[in-house]
Amino acid sequence: MNEFIRGIKKGFPICLGYIPVSFTFGLIAVKMGFNPLEATIISLTNMASAGQFAGIRLIEGGAPYIELVITTFVINLRYMLMSLSLSQKVNPEMPFYKRAVMAFCITDEVFALASMEKEDVSFPFFGGLMATPIFGWTLGTFLGAVASSLLSPMLQGCFGIALYCMFIAIIIPPARKGRKVAIAVIVSALLSCLFKYVPGINVLSKNGGGGWAIIISAILGAAICASIKEVKRFRKRTQKGGVNV
Amino acid sequence: MCSMENIAICMLIMALTTYLIRVIPIGFVRTRLENEWVQDFLFYIPFCVLSAMTFPDVLYSTTPAGATTPHFTSAAIATMVAIVLAWKDKGLVRVALVAVLVAIIVELLLPVIF
Repeated sequence: MNEFIRGIKKGFPICLGYIPVSFTFGLIAVKMGFNPLEATIISLTNMASAGQFAGIRLIEGGAPYIELVITTFVINLRYMLMSLSLSQKVNPEMPFYKRAVMAFCITDEVFALASMEKEDVSFPFFGGLMATPIFGWTLGTFLGAVASSLLSPMLQGCFGIALYCMFIAIIIPPARKGRKVAIAVIVSALLSCLFKYVPGINVLSKNGGGGWAIIISAILGAAICASIKEVKRFRKRTQKGGVNV
Repeated sequence: MCSMENIAICMLIMALTTYLIRVIPIGFVRTRLENEWVQDFLFYIPFCVLSAMTFPDVLYSTTPAGATTPHFTSAAIATMVAIVLAWKDKGLVRVALVAVLVAIIVELLLPVIF
């Protein structure tokens, strides 16, 4: 029970941060012709920011089902990596149904907080962690959908930055404290800019809302950083060998 | 084809695809990966994903739907404020809300100044 409460406490800031972001989603969905109930259900059943934005655009545009599947898959592919990463932080004995519940709310922010735990992530802790963000994400969408007609386009635009600033608030503090994380953040950001601006390779970010560009930047960035560490480990080993001789 | 008439099917497709992506790895990977490179890789993934999602897209985030040119100024100033606040460990909510406020203020001031 203690673990559950600890999860709630840790997750509550995410809940508050989700409200302005999902508010934006509600606004946009209603502008596209979805009704507030539909927008709210999409949020509750997806818990995915970028994936939802892309999804409603495709539905409105009358895309084929297969394109909806592929785009949703590509943009949300990062959750697969996060889920794999999280599989290393839960007790190998944990039963499937608990894992299935946890899987529902592997979002960028919830995952980030869970992965910063020093110990294994327990089921009650993760349950507490995901409870309020699900509520906040759903509530914010509903509020945005209902308030859609009240806000000017300028205000609607400004709410769009909330999501990104939440990401910034998650990655900057650990990057300040650890050089390895700082390098990972900078390398991935540079790669992502490369895929957006350099002619020839920027095709990746033109289709499917940039899902491919993000995944490739992240995989390359993490692979480069992991390889740098591998090289350092190798050097340390050979150096130690030298001392022994 | 997706359309507003068969919206229930579209919503089901989105929800199922998203959930399957999330449940397959954690549901079925039960072994501890021993390889140090793989462990490091998975450690860096969250930071790399968030960073790649944020940059450079954050610079376009305050542009209203339908605007002909991106509103870089408000986004850039709000982003810098967010980075400074995050650097000082101000927490998710404060960073996000202050950034939204800064963006609104800049958007309101820009037409006055120029």
